[in-house]
Amino acid sequence: MTVSTNPTVGQEMEHPSAPLLRMERIPHVWCPSCGIGTVVKCYATALERSGVDLDKVSVVSGIGCSGRVAGYLKLDGFHTTHGRAIPFATGLKLGRPELLVTVISGDGDLVGIGGNHFIHAARRNLDLLVILINNFIYGMTGGQNAPTTPLGAKSSTMPFGNFETPFNLPHLAASSGASYVARWTCLHIRRLTWSIEEAIGKRGFRFIEAVAPCPTLYARLNKLGSGLDAMRFYHDTAEIRNGADTREVDVSFQSPIICGKFVDEERPTFLDLMHDHYSNRLGDGYVPMPPEGGMLHER
Amino acid sequence: MRYWRDPLDAGQIEAPGGDVHILADRCKGCGFCVEYCPRQVLEMSREFNRKGYHPPEIVDSRACVNCGLCEMICPEFAIFCLELAASTENPSRVLASPGAEAEEAR
Ligand SMILES: Cc1ncc(C[n+]2csc(CCOP(=O)(O)OP(=O)(O)O)c2C)c(N)n1
Ligand code: SF4
Ligand code: SF4
Ligand code: SF4
Ligand SMILES: [Mg+2]
Repeated sequence: MTVSTNPTVGQEMEHPSAPLLRMERIPHVWCPSCGIGTVVKCYATALERSGVDLDKVSVVSGIGCSGRVAGYLKLDGFHTTHGRAIPFATGLKLGRPELLVTVISGDGDLVGIGGNHFIHAARRNLDLLVILINNFIYGMTGGQNAPTTPLGAKSSTMPFGNFETPFNLPHLAASSGASYVARWTCLHIRRLTWSIEEAIGKRGFRFIEAVAPCPTLYARLNKLGSGLDAMRFYHDTAEIRNGADTREVDVSFQSPIICGKFVDEERPTFLDLMHDHYSNRLGDGYVPMPPEGGMLHER
Repeated sequence: MRYWRDPLDAGQIEAPGGDVHILADRCKGCGFCVEYCPRQVLEMSREFNRKGYHPPEIVDSRACVNCGLCEMICPEFAIFCLELAASTENPSRVLASPGAEAEEAR
């Protein structure tokens, strides 16, 4: 088998993303042709390109296959309880305002059990970058129906096909108040990376949906083949419609996935509004949290 | 992924060369890199790696243009590409002769 034919490279070199990964935990647990690893690569590349100080980046995940992302990134990371990545990240951002706080987790985690936190974080325009890996199912626990499972798609709890209307995630985020909303699939590696990089440079609640293949459950229960077949499906059918009305980007079973950046509108964040409000009300009596954190009542 | 027509200046463009590295034992054989490499540098190998998957192998290293797509799409961090320094071994990195490209264009 050919490894490298370049005579200048004697021994096997390590992957360029290795400095951002906890290499001692690689290979990761994700199934062959699962798309989660590709999203991690895009995130790691976007971080590197953005030039942010990696000591000031943290990544928070919930529970699920996607929830394991935080455990593989060599950043300050938190693997919270199921559905609670956003509340944890909220506390982290308010207590250490200087941090870039990223939430990376699954559809079940962020909009199923954690759905209430999701809409309120968007409503408050909290300064969080949320990357939701949408595989349309609860992967880790055996393929139960998720709030994203398309109508008619099979899951282990809907063996005759799903009859519940799923969330249209970009619309959920946009109508709850997110200031940046985009959706890409795992095949759109460059656009997903650019989008993450762009969102890193912005403020407020930034939501990126990354559609990913789950060959082991979603694809198997629906006889859709491997992750590569899912990639081919995205390749053949996905449509890029930047600026599309989010009401029109819902996903039905095996319908073309509409991708693009749908919302990009800066508005005051939770912290901006809080500082303004208390400065007006309390004047010098208001002591905001210093960027690097600390005890509120130290002074 | 193939061009539907030749870029008009295909004969003059100096494409960068790439040196592809495969960390074969880390691969889980998904085939993403082989499918989406725009230059058909890779094929799935018939050999097994330590975990029992078929990793890709390099079948046409000179065709690589260091686009980095294989590295970006690999979910396993098992393949990457470095820019090949302009070397004497590789004097001509011209993208392709128009004839060859037209054949590919189907
Ligand atoms: C409070 C609680 N309820 C249920 C579970 C079981 N559980 C673990 S992961 C998961 C679903 C995860 O789905 P998703 O976020 O879509 O992640 P995926 O595995 O699909 O990436 C569930 C229900 C749990 N761990 N904790
Ligand atoms: S069960 Fe699905 S989501 Fe989980 S690792 Fe396997 S393919 Fe990926
Ligand atoms: S860098 Fe681009 S051209 Fe070279 S092997 Fe990878 S995908 Fe193919
Ligand atoms: S993309 Fe990665 S895991 Fe998939 S076949 Fe290529 S090297 Fe192996
Ligand atoms: Mg899921």
